[in-house]
Amino acid sequence: MNNLLTVSPSPHEYGKETTKKLMYGVVIALAPALLATIWFFGWAAILITSVSVVSCVIFESLIQKFILRKKPSVSDGSAVVTGLLLAFCLPTNLPIGLIILGALVAIGVGKMTFGGLGNNPFNPALVGRVFLFLSFPVQMTTWPVPKGFKTSFTDAITGATPLSILNENYDKIPVQNIMTDTELAMPGYQQLFWGNMGGSLGEIAAFALLIGLAYLLIRKIITWHIPVSILLTVILFTGILWLANNESNADPLYHLMTGGLLLGAIFMATDYVTSPMSKKGMIIYGVGIGIITVLIRRFGAYPEGVQFAILIMNAFTPLINIYLKPSRFGEEVKNV
Amino acid sequence: MSKKESNLKNMFIALLVITFIASASLGGIYELTKEPIAAAKLEKKNSAIRQVIPEFDNSPTDDIYKKAVNGDTLYFYPGTKGGEPVGTAVETFSNLGFSGEIKIMVGFLPDGTINDVAVLEHAETPGLGDKMERKKSDWSLQFQGKNPESFRLSVKKDGGDVDAITASTISSRAFCDAVERAYEAFRSINQNK
Amino acid sequence: MNQLKNFTKGFIKENPVFALFLGLCPTLGVTTTAINGMGMGLATTFVLLMSNVVVSLIKNFIPDKVRIPSFIVIIASFVTIVELIMQAYLPALFEALGLFIPLIVVNCIVLGRAEAFASKNTLLSSAIDGLGMGLGFTFALTLLGSVREILGSGSIFGLKFIGGEGILIFILSPGAFIALGYLIVIVNKLSKKGA
Repeated sequence: MNNLLTVSPSPHEYGKETTKKLMYGVVIALAPALLATIWFFGWAAILITSVSVVSCVIFESLIQKFILRKKPSVSDGSAVVTGLLLAFCLPTNLPIGLIILGALVAIGVGKMTFGGLGNNPFNPALVGRVFLFLSFPVQMTTWPVPKGFKTSFTDAITGATPLSILNENYDKIPVQNIMTDTELAMPGYQQLFWGNMGGSLGEIAAFALLIGLAYLLIRKIITWHIPVSILLTVILFTGILWLANNESNADPLYHLMTGGLLLGAIFMATDYVTSPMSKKGMIIYGVGIGIITVLIRRFGAYPEGVQFAILIMNAFTPLINIYLKPSRFGEEVKNV
Repeated sequence: MSKKESNLKNMFIALLVITFIASASLGGIYELTKEPIAAAKLEKKNSAIRQVIPEFDNSPTDDIYKKAVNGDTLYFYPGTKGGEPVGTAVETFSNLGFSGEIKIMVGFLPDGTINDVAVLEHAETPGLGDKMERKKSDWSLQFQGKNPESFRLSVKKDGGDVDAITASTISSRAFCDAVERAYEAFRSINQNK
Repeated sequence: MNQLKNFTKGFIKENPVFALFLGLCPTLGVTTTAINGMGMGLATTFVLLMSNVVVSLIKNFIPDKVRIPSFIVIIASFVTIVELIMQAYLPALFEALGLFIPLIVVNCIVLGRAEAFASKNTLLSSAIDGLGMGLGFTFALTLLGSVREILGSGSIFGLKFIGGEGILIFILSPGAFIALGYLIVIVNKLSKKGA
């Protein structure tokens, strides 16, 4: 996060130019993941992403113009980012109508109800995703197997995600056997890294997301605190579980590379508006997300918990901000 | 009438009178509604029994007997026609559901074939797990006419023969668990005979 | 007080749900369908009416210091009566609302009206107040139930008019909060315009 942001209580007014720059920086950082997803899912990925982005932008400008009666500010790019992130956490064979509904909820309920960018307590893209996930669990959990441009949009062969396979079989089959079972066909580490597994658009290629992370850090669009604390917490927690009992727990590396963890930790948890402002606060926030994620993944009914973890910690952000205020302008910075 | 002063005597009398009247009227209502309530409950049970076993001419709820299997007590409602047994309805349950206990009635023909199943009580998620109810979906029809001797009562994911409700494996699993429990009990009784 | 105004205030201006935010537990909990909302609303209306009448009748007999326990006993008795009668004659509705019927006892709106209105007003205005408030509550619950049923299962009062599945979240609890929030926005917007 650059200095301009750390010294003023989050969004308020921080000059249009800056928001715009930051948002398009995020878009650039998402580009590798977008390319990877197009490589794996072909036309379906292009279709879903464009529908999601376009409807987010349209809903944002319509609501600003006709309901809030404000000057539309879609050009700041935040709706584009929301649209991209929403598309990244949807399966590729989701009906178009549901994508538009998700965009409406993300922008309308998640963002505009609270007064637009800067006032939303929850990450809009995640609000949209969780809304769809709870409303259409069947459609939201059928994942087409990636087949590049040959992936057909409507009736692709569907496969389970690695996490859902694990979740189904914990405590029934030793994890080592799940991994090597040919019938379950769990993807190996290499596949996970290069992105060849069933899953949502944006979560399938670890390396592309990591390139995005590097870009965000180099351009100083985000600091390392949130993503690193989330990922470290997940590694530690799953590591302890794995060391305690490797029969019924997957190893940390597997947890790290599956599901939406990287996508969430890099792009969603770091949303300025909904994450704490101080460095200490960010670390507490990240640790919280990590712990809740693992708890849901391993002990909850859902295979993946990142989405819920981020939303839950979003709710704690104001509280964290009260107790750990960022140092004010002019105040001596104590914790570097 | 002016407001009563809040001294001990007045308070005592006021509360005594109010609670006395309240309990008397409740007792009266209870007596009045006791029979209709019992009838409504019985009717619910009877309609489930009628659904799951073939036509009978006795009163299965009067011939009820219970049987403990593996520490669980299940209730049996035998149906007969002209003295010949036509089937037995077993009231069974499972605690493996997504939320709370699931109670179902399973009807067995004398040879152990499942005639039909009916859900008595459940608290599964609306739109997902509640598809086990016949009025919500036809999912539970797949149990009709199956003999657990050859039909494995677990979902396909667990190596059984039951198609799970889409996106509700847990509820389907619990349902199978309840049917399985009923079958175990039914079999152990028939072996002893 | 004008009795007509006394009766109608419960619908919009002092609506228990939309304006006073009282009794939100059953409001959110039972309104998965329009019929459930209406059943709950009518049960509450009965309790409200009867307890308001009784409290107003005996308001001078009850010493101040024990008024709250007395009101609670009276309310609880009527709730139990409703529960027993519903169980006996409307078992299907009872099954849907079961858990929430006893909760009418702690529904603030009932005690609130007994304490704030019936214990200070005449029999007639208390009865009218109870009826108005109860029907306002019923109106709010039925409205919320209808919205959730339309969006969540594509039907209204059990009549299916849209094929396929609805938006499931509206039958689940998060949908109750979302729907209630937007209903409150709309009702407040409309009532401000009218005033």
